Order: sequence, then C-alpha cells, then structure tokens
Amino acid sequence: MKSRAQVRMLPDGRRLHLHDGPIDLIVEAFGTAVAIDQAYAAATARFVDVLDELCGELAFLRRPTQIGGPLPNGPIARRMVAAVEPFAASTFITPMAAVAGAVAEEILFAMTSAAELSRAYVNDGGDIALYLSPRQSCVVGMVERPDRPSLFGTATIEFDQSVRGIATSGWRGRSFSLGIADAVTVLADTASMADAAASIIANAVDLPEHPAITRVAACELAPDSDLGSRMVTQRVGDLRSDEIDEALLAGVLLAERLRDAGLICAAALSLQGEIRTFDIRQQGLKPIRKNSHDRSGEPLRHPKAAALQANDGRFVDARG
Amino acid sequence: MADDAIRCDACPVLCYIKPGRTGSCDRYGNRDGQLVRLDPHVMLEQAQSRGESLVPFLGKSEEWDGALVRDGQTFVTAIGAGTTYPDYKPAPFIISSEVAGVDMVTVVTEGIFSYCGVKLKIDTDRHLGAECSTVRSQGEAVGHVTTGEYGSQMLSLGGVRHLTGGSRHEGTATCDTLTNLCNGKAVELKIEGGAKVVVQADKAPIVDGNQEERMRVGCGSATIGMFAKQWFGKVDEVVVVDDHITGVLSEHQAGKLLGVPETGIKMRGRRSTPGRYFKVAEPGTSWGGTNISDPLSILAPFDPKVARVGLRLLMVSTTGEQFAYFELDEALRPAEKELPGVLRESVARIRENCEPALCTVLFMGGAGGSLRAGVTENPVKLTHSVRDALTRVTCGGAPVYVWPGGGITIMVDVSRMPENAFGYVPTPALVAPIEFTMKLSDYATLGGYMDHVRTLSSIQRKDDGRKRVTPRADNPWPLRKAGASE
Repeated sequence: MKSRAQVRMLPDGRRLHLHDGPIDLIVEAFGTAVAIDQAYAAATARFVDVLDELCGELAFLRRPTQIGGPLPNGPIARRMVAAVEPFAASTFITPMAAVAGAVAEEILFAMTSAAELSRAYVNDGGDIALYLSPRQSCVVGMVERPDRPSLFGTATIEFDQSVRGIATSGWRGRSFSLGIADAVTVLADTASMADAAASIIANAVDLPEHPAITRVAACELAPDSDLGSRMVTQRVGDLRSDEIDEALLAGVLLAERLRDAGLICAAALSLQGEIRTFDIRQQGLKPIRKNSHDRSGEPLRHPKAAALQANDGRFVDARG
Repeated sequence: MADDAIRCDACPVLCYIKPGRTGSCDRYGNRDGQLVRLDPHVMLEQAQSRGESLVPFLGKSEEWDGALVRDGQTFVTAIGAGTTYPDYKPAPFIISSEVAGVDMVTVVTEGIFSYCGVKLKIDTDRHLGAECSTVRSQGEAVGHVTTGEYGSQMLSLGGVRHLTGGSRHEGTATCDTLTNLCNGKAVELKIEGGAKVVVQADKAPIVDGNQEERMRVGCGSATIGMFAKQWFGKVDEVVVVDDHITGVLSEHQAGKLLGVPETGIKMRGRRSTPGRYFKVAEPGTSWGGTNISDPLSILAPFDPKVARVGLRLLMVSTTGEQFAYFELDEALRPAEKELPGVLRESVARIRENCEPALCTVLFMGGAGGSLRAGVTENPVKLTHSVRDALTRVTCGGAPVYVWPGGGITIMVDVSRMPENAFGYVPTPALVAPIEFTMKLSDYATLGGYMDHVRTLSSIQRKDDGRKRVTPRADNPWPLRKAGASE
C-alpha cells in the first residue's frame, strides 16, 4: 500500500494534482468524461510507484553517464539515461538532469496508453510532456525568470510539429545550475530531452571568473547533490550589456549545435531582461512583450496559456 | 559527510539537508538542526468578533509579524501537516502554547481514514428513494438511503465496505464522492429506483433538476393547525397536500374547534384520524412530496347531500410552492379560479415559514490505532483522555462530536472547516486533518512524545510558508480552557 503519495483534483475540478516527496505534478487530460477518468486513474496507478522506483536506483542515477555504460532497470530511469547520453561525450551530465521530464513523459504515457484522449499534458514543476491528437494544438507560456510569473512569450505547438516536450532551467529555479541564465526554455521531441538540454544550455550561459557571480560548491549546499564539488551559481550581480551579450551568445551557440544535431527544436534564453530566441518563431512563438528591456510591467498573461499554469497560479518553475 | 547536515526521512529520497537549506522537495528543511515542514500549512488566527468566515491570510510576511501573535491566539491545524504513515514516527506537529497560564499541547496530524464516511441530510419533502436503496455516484454504489427525518432525507455514504470492500472502481468512486462532498463541491447522486439529486454542503439540493428552496412548514395536518384561524371565513375548505399526512380543514380538529361546517369533501387515501390522511398519492417530487401534478386527482366526487354550488376550496402544498383555488360548479365539480387576494397572503405565509432547504455534510471517521500511535506511545490512553474530556478533538480547528462508546469516532460539519481540508490516498482512503489538544501535563501522563513538543514560536516565523486563515466566527476556539462554554 503506497499511502505516501497524495492525489487530489485541483479546485477547478479539471486538473489532477499528484504529489510524492519531491515530485509534484499537475496533470490535465482532454477527451470524453469517461476517457478523462480512465486517464487519471492510469496516471494515479502509475504515479504511486514512481518515487520508490527512482529511489531504488538513485545512487546510479546520480553518477555521471557513460556512453554505452550500464543501463538502469526502471523505465523512467531508462528514459533519463537515453535523454542525457547524447551529451555525455562532451560534458559532465548525470541522468538526474532529465528526471523531471522523464517522470512527466512516463505519466503521460500511462494516460495515453489507457484512454483515447484529444490532448493531455503532465507538468512536472515546469517540465512538461505533451500529447496532441491530429489537428490539436497547445499554447505554452514562457517565463523570463522562474521565480517571477511573468510571461515573455507563448509558443503554440501544433500536432504536425514534432515538439512534445518543454522544459525550463536556470539558476533561480529549484535545481542547481552551473551557469547564470535566468531561464532557458527548450522545446524538444520529448520532455526528458527538453529537460536535459535546458540544463546543459543554462550551464553554458556563463561568464567564467566574473567577480559579480557568487558560486558555491554544490556539496556545500546539498551534501548528496549529483553535482558534487562543482561550483553552482548562487547570486549574479548586475552585468554590463556587452557581458550579457557574451554570456547569452555562448548559450545560443550551444543551442544551435543541439538543434543542428536534431536533439532540440527551439530554445529561448533570458538573462537580466535580455532574451534570445531561435527557431522559436517557426515553432509558433509570439512575443507578447514589445520591449524586452521593459521590466516594470505587470506580469503578462496569455489567456490561452492558462492551460499550463501551475496550481498556485504561477506559470512554470524551472528545474535542471 | 558534514556532521551538521540532517537526514530527512519524509520520503525515500532521504536527502541530507544542511542547516538553513531544504531537501530536494523544497518542503522539508533543516532549521537549526531540526527537520521542519515548510509546506503551506493552515493556521487559524483567532479573530476577535469578526463575522467573516475563513479569510485567507496568504503568507504575506510583510503584513504579519509573528511577534504580535500571543500564544493561545494561533491554532495550528492539521491541514497540510502530513501524516504519520506508516506510523513509526510521532505526529508531524506537536505544538505547545500557553493558555491562561496552563501549558497546552496540540498534536496535529493528517489522518488517513479508511473507516470513514459522510452522513448527508438533505432538506426536502420530495421522495428521493426507498429506505435502504443504493445510492450511486459515477455508476458505482457509494452508500444508501437511511431514514426520513422531519423535512429531510438522510443518506449514508462511504464506509469501509464501499471504500475497500468492493471493486476498485467502487472504492475510487466512493473516495471521490466523499472527498468532493467534504471539500464543499457539488456531487450528483443517483438513488436506485428514486431520484437523481445534486448535493453540496451548505447549499440547496437539486432533485431531478428542480432546485429545492424551502423545507415544508410542517406536515399537512400541522399546517392545518397552524393556519386554520387565518383561513376561517375566507374559504370553505382547505386541503394541505403532503406525502406524509394530508390535512383537511373541515374534518380536522382545528376546523371543528372553529366551527367550520362540513363540506362533503371526499378524499382518496387512508384516513388516520379525522381530517388526517395517509397515502393520498405515491411519493414523488411534486405537490408536497407526492407524485401528483393535478391536485384534484386525490379527491373523490363531493357528497351531493352536503356539498353546495359555489363552495370555495383551497389546495396547497406544505411549502406553499404549489397551490390552486377552486369553486364548485353546478355539477358540484371543482372549477379552478384565480386565487383571491385574501388567500394569497396565507399561501405566502406558508412559504415564508419554511426554512431554506440545505444539504448538510457531516464527515464521520474513526481515529484508528495507528493514528493514535502518532500521538502517544500508549494509544488507548488517548481514547480515555478524550473520553474523560481532558483532550479536545478538532478537525481543521472545527469542533467535532465524539461518539460515546469505544474508540475515537467523530463527526464534524465540513462547512465549519477551512476550504479544501480533505485529500485522499489511492488506497483508497480519505486524508482528513485531526488535532488533539490537552494540557501539557496530561500529555506527559498519557505517554506523549514529550521530546517532540515544540513551541508555537519555533514553527512560526516569517516566510514559514504557512497559510493563516480566520476561523469561522461561530466555531469555539480550539485552545479555550477545558470546560469553558461552547
């Protein structure tokens, strides 16, 4: 009996809230009432095992991934390894970089296997797995800073695009980042890939040795962090505009390489009010703020994007 | 490993957490070497004589200075507190505060109740279904019809047999129905061989699509007694249609006392005592809780030896919602006429004397051995302490009725609890907040976890993520002195 997990419908009566330990999911399915019930039952049934399944292999999942190395047993753990493996040759990465996206994917898979839905999404703290049936689309809001719920744009994802995963990463989010990006949002074919790539791109947005950046060894903050003694960003002071350009450029160059390699579809990077996007217009991004330097405004909301709002009204939170 | 980090055992991730940091969930943290829960967690701020109920006081730390709150004026509810499952550790929060010089301790936990249900009182005279009929939600059996009470129908929903004794679907549908009802949401119930009714705590029921507005003023016979004087002289005969007892003015004791003459009226149904008739029609959702739409269908032809042309007849239901006025024609048949102004007032008065029809939802559950073990090492002592009124039980700060007899079986009016106080686990079982408040010395006596007792100020900080709400003005303050009047 897995009574630890908490399951409840949100007050709107439409969305399902699943919570267990560090995992917090907002789930919504669209379809007939019967199909939605079946989908939610399947999501719940799968969810109650997720945390124990992951924790059973936690030590392995916190170690750097080696190309062609041993595979874990759990289906979620395998999704994690598959997502981070393409990055393992060129950089330090552990499967944990894709945990949120992989959990979202797995729960979505449980729902779509159990019921015929028109649309569905699983939002795991800002890392979102998406399902669309033919002719369906979905509007996703994007945040500039994960700790402030203001949207800088929305992306409409259509059935005939390959994007089914969205993830955001940045040093202000819940997980540690080696870089200084406020937020990097990535659209990719899967949520686990978007999750891993967002972490990697956010790490690349950086100004090594810059005096305005405070870094602390990850293990000083969290003794069991998978990042060990790597220095993670804790504070970023005001940067000059040429410094912002330089840091963002490093991220954009990496993101473009990942796009060329077919790993991601589009990305948006933000740092101290400056935003760089690429290929996102082809992916349906519509900027909703005229001037990216305007930081005074009220939080902007796109009415259609409410579908992906978190339960407390925030848009998306970031995760590594 | 740094020795100032603590290991969190709230979930299998088992994070090591440094002082001032949180675990991977951002919910549990290390505060000065203690593991604390940082989740939004509901506290009740005692509001002096404020009428509004449950104003959310969302963690706006600028607006609230913890130092201003004196002990005894903040009560920590169990909503969001977490549970003791699987019962190997003390309740998540054991809080002490000083009330009028006596150290009080409140043990706060969210209980997982697989033995629980809802007692539902639906104010309606419409027939909802026969006693013992199965009540269904989402097609599954979730409870049954119990007794009819004065002006209300009682349903019993949930219970361990529906939650865990039947099929998986039955359990899930039952859990869903109970959670929604307890959280104040509307739920549609279908009664086998009866009505479809939409119920919601503190709201009027909707029976077969008709929103109920009022409870009947009394049975048909009682209504005759209450209004006979007001009708006397303005109308010759009155029939108050009621599924239970239909009253007839001229035959009723009240009419006899006033000297109302015989009218030759002949009722269908079974006469009980003069002027009182059982079973004039079948139960239903129309006139006075019967199935009739034409009131004349309960009358036989008038006795031609007594009746006279032009005789005035009022027929009205026990809520005043249905009424019709007739005068006898040449053939002594009732012919409908417009209701005269002088009678309009009495019909309006029947309506006016009917109280608003509501659904009331009482959550009923038993604090099991495991939940009690989170409070004390010797669980039966907690039962005795509750029984001896040394320990006060509340649910989300709301008062509860503790059933006499063994165990700690409680009932609570969910509308007196903070919003969304209930959750569920996939077992299926409901998660409900429950708090036990007693004197610190009594807590020690019953084998409490004294080393886990924390002062209110130790969990109450700025930015502590706790949500402060104003309790309902009509709830007694949970921390009042034992024996103080309710």
